[in-house]
Amino acid sequence: MCPFNSKWDILKPENHCFPSREKKRRRIEDLTEKMAVESGHRDGGCYWEGRWNHVRKFLERPGPFTHPDFEPSTESLQFLLETCKILVIGAGGLGCELLKNLALSGFRLIHVVDMDTIDVSNLNRQFLFRPKDVGRPKAEVAADFINRRIPGCKVVPHFKKIQDFDESFYRQFHIIVCGLDSIVARRWINGMLISLLGYEDGVLDPSSIIPLIDGGTEGFKGNARVILPGMTACIDCTLELYPPQINFPMCTIASMPRLPEHCVEYARILQWPKEQPFGDTSLDGDNPEHIQWVFERSQERAAEFHITGITYRLTQGVVKRIIPAVASTNAVIAAACATEVFKIATSAYIPLNNYLVFNDVDGLYTYTFEAERKENCTACSQVPQDLQFPPSAKLQEVLEYLTENASLQMKSPAITTTLEGKNKTLYLQSVKSIEERTRPNLCKTLKELGLSDGQEIAVADVTTPQTVLFKINFTA
Amino acid sequence: MAATKDSKEQKYDRQLRLWGDHGQEALENAHVCLINATATGTEILKNLVLPGIGAFTIVDGHIVSGEDAGNNFFLSSDSIGKNRAQAATELLQELNSDVSGNFVEESPDKLLDNDPEFFHRFTIVIGVQLPESTCLRLGMVLWSASVPFLICKAYGLIGYMRLMVQEHTVIESHPDNALEDLRLDRPFDEFKSHIKSYNLSIMDKKDHSHTPWVIIVAKYLERWLSEHDGQPPKNYKEKEAFRQIIREGILKNENGGLEDEENFEEAIKNVNTALNPTKVPTSVEDLFNSEQCNNITAQSSSFWVMLRAVKEFVYNEGSGSLPVRGSIPDMIADSQKFINLQNVYREKAMQDAAAVSKHVESLLQSVGKPPESISEKDIKLFCKNSSFLRVVRCRSLAEEYSVDSINKDEITSRMDSPDSEMVFYLMLRAVDRFYQLHSRYPGFRKSLRISGAF
Repeated sequence: MCPFNSKWDILKPENHCFPSREKKRRRIEDLTEKMAVESGHRDGGCYWEGRWNHVRKFLERPGPFTHPDFEPSTESLQFLLETCKILVIGAGGLGCELLKNLALSGFRLIHVVDMDTIDVSNLNRQFLFRPKDVGRPKAEVAADFINRRIPGCKVVPHFKKIQDFDESFYRQFHIIVCGLDSIVARRWINGMLISLLGYEDGVLDPSSIIPLIDGGTEGFKGNARVILPGMTACIDCTLELYPPQINFPMCTIASMPRLPEHCVEYARILQWPKEQPFGDTSLDGDNPEHIQWVFERSQERAAEFHITGITYRLTQGVVKRIIPAVASTNAVIAAACATEVFKIATSAYIPLNNYLVFNDVDGLYTYTFEAERKENCTACSQVPQDLQFPPSAKLQEVLEYLTENASLQMKSPAITTTLEGKNKTLYLQSVKSIEERTRPNLCKTLKELGLSDGQEIAVADVTTPQTVLFKINFTA
Repeated sequence: MAATKDSKEQKYDRQLRLWGDHGQEALENAHVCLINATATGTEILKNLVLPGIGAFTIVDGHIVSGEDAGNNFFLSSDSIGKNRAQAATELLQELNSDVSGNFVEESPDKLLDNDPEFFHRFTIVIGVQLPESTCLRLGMVLWSASVPFLICKAYGLIGYMRLMVQEHTVIESHPDNALEDLRLDRPFDEFKSHIKSYNLSIMDKKDHSHTPWVIIVAKYLERWLSEHDGQPPKNYKEKEAFRQIIREGILKNENGGLEDEENFEEAIKNVNTALNPTKVPTSVEDLFNSEQCNNITAQSSSFWVMLRAVKEFVYNEGSGSLPVRGSIPDMIADSQKFINLQNVYREKAMQDAAAVSKHVESLLQSVGKPPESISEKDIKLFCKNSSFLRVVRCRSLAEEYSVDSINKDEITSRMDSPDSEMVFYLMLRAVDRFYQLHSRYPGFRKSLRISGAF
């Protein structure tokens, strides 16, 4: 009934099948009444009769909708319970749901990474947290709750940023599933998994592929996608699906406010640094005193220009760039993601190929489509990126291209190149002393900087764990 | 329940931004009934308890089995042997102390036998994994009591939802890409006198570059109309000519080149939509023509009373148009010009809402209800959303299942398409029918363990 796409050969049991790889290392045991009793011992007392019946129906029976190569067996469940390692990135709205779904599906070796602590505004949907947990690390509280509610589940928390880990950490997982709230972070993990890919004589080694399931939600909308790094469309292949965040023009904020939002931005961007109401501290959107101050300044400005509609809620929403969120959307998207993790881990069903869109603002609308790989994707195509600039172009223009181009959308790229055999930093923003030293380069032309036609530059940025190589071709 | 208003505002902040305080109030006044605390059922309730539904009641006569405890987050191994409604209520209640959780240890069939009116108290009843006969019995009771009924099934990787509601009215439907209500094709008097205060040809450069595009289009349209016998630009050619005329209005600098006037660029870009004729959407016209609108009684809901009032407005003060919405999009302009223009629309909207209010008052009076029955606030909200009103109506279960009214043609035509999900609908109906006949589901017999033999 579902067309079998050769792209998904990777998921054929003989190519990667997680269970069959483990087959040689384990003895197969019959599922008999004896087994039911023994399981109790093996599971460390976490087994009760019928516990996994629902999952077994999927894995120990043939059916009309299973993967064409699927063969019922008892090994799949054992693989989930004992061997399959899943990484959940994010323990927030999606993360809590994902942990619940995976744990109830039989996954036990789960790691969860989240750098945040719990806020009271999380409690309307992040159901592993209670009012008493406010201020504690999300990953730790989530892991604790799951491990207690689902006996035998061993969720390991990491109160860290994803960037705190290197390849050796990520390499250990069979599947990685994300519930992130930032595109930068998504691109980073995307780049990390691409960097783990192994090629032999130009041919991708399937066992080096770690499937990435990515979910995102916003209000009543959400999406879920399945990414096989190196094989199917990656995050950067479809970067245009995420339009860049629009900020209000400075002249509007500074001298011609019309909307309440303009007044808030005035207080945030101009008044706060100037007046430093709480000393030399940056504005903290989670500090009610800070928001109150911005709220009052916004009201003053609004009154000056006869603008109505400033509320505390609006003020906070603008300062923190708050995205509305509810439990149900996160539940739907996490369910879709967890289902894909299950399908891929067990090879029992054909996975989503490869992008799901969901919207229940008006009735319920959903569709899936196959996002296509970009031939010259900066992240996964392995093709050096060509840039065209005249030699008279200033370095500033190159920088603007890297940040503003819809397919690149870099945040603060650091540009280096090799000149006369030596590595030279052309511009770097993240270290103050280097920024000051290299700033004059922005006004110099590429020719003045000593670059020649076809020169390679290496660009580092938060959106990718590895530097991206570009080739500058001179135009007339 | 001891949560302060402040702490609730903080907790619910992210959802209040979607449905507002009044939406939250409606949610907190609701009492839902879940029948069968299966994994599907408790998952649904979780998503209602977390945002603060007023109350829930679980109706379930089953005892928790090992299987139940294995796939349901709101049952534990300790729950095994206990009544499922009670066990699930405890762990769902624990999610949110603002919510009142209740349970009834009884099968829905028993309740239907002894006390069908039990179900009348609920805002909505959710039935999960219910046999066909129970669904149909319950469907009849709920339909005649006008209580919405949501039927859900999860079957392997197939999910099913069927909403049965007689009539559900929506005022704020939050359309994604709503057209603006600027009335440029039929400017109201206050707008006409407002644009009189602008003379583009004698303005200084700063004012010229910061005049809202709406004013620009209106001015040039006035000119066009006087030159074209009162006919606005209609086809692509005319609209392009109109855009060109506006383009020629852009100031030139000393060298004869064009000044950078973003507001004029905005005007040119918006010509197409700005010239859209103002009319009552067909969906709203259909509502005007419905029985509920034309027959207002003391039982009519405020939605229908307000709709009738808006209809009266359209045929009278509105001269064929709905009340002015009152909002305008942001546009390049200096603060004063923008605010002044915005106020012109806002004041007109208030005027129109006041006129609608008078119709509401007389309608209420005509059916013997006090004018305060519907608040000014509600009338204003209704007027603002008059283009987006929606009414959802679903067939009863009885109609769906009756041999006489089955959608035979639709079902068979969809079967012809290989990608259609219609086959799932039929298969699930067959599963239900199997259960009715054999009191078990296909592929399952209590005496047999789950094994590859099946």
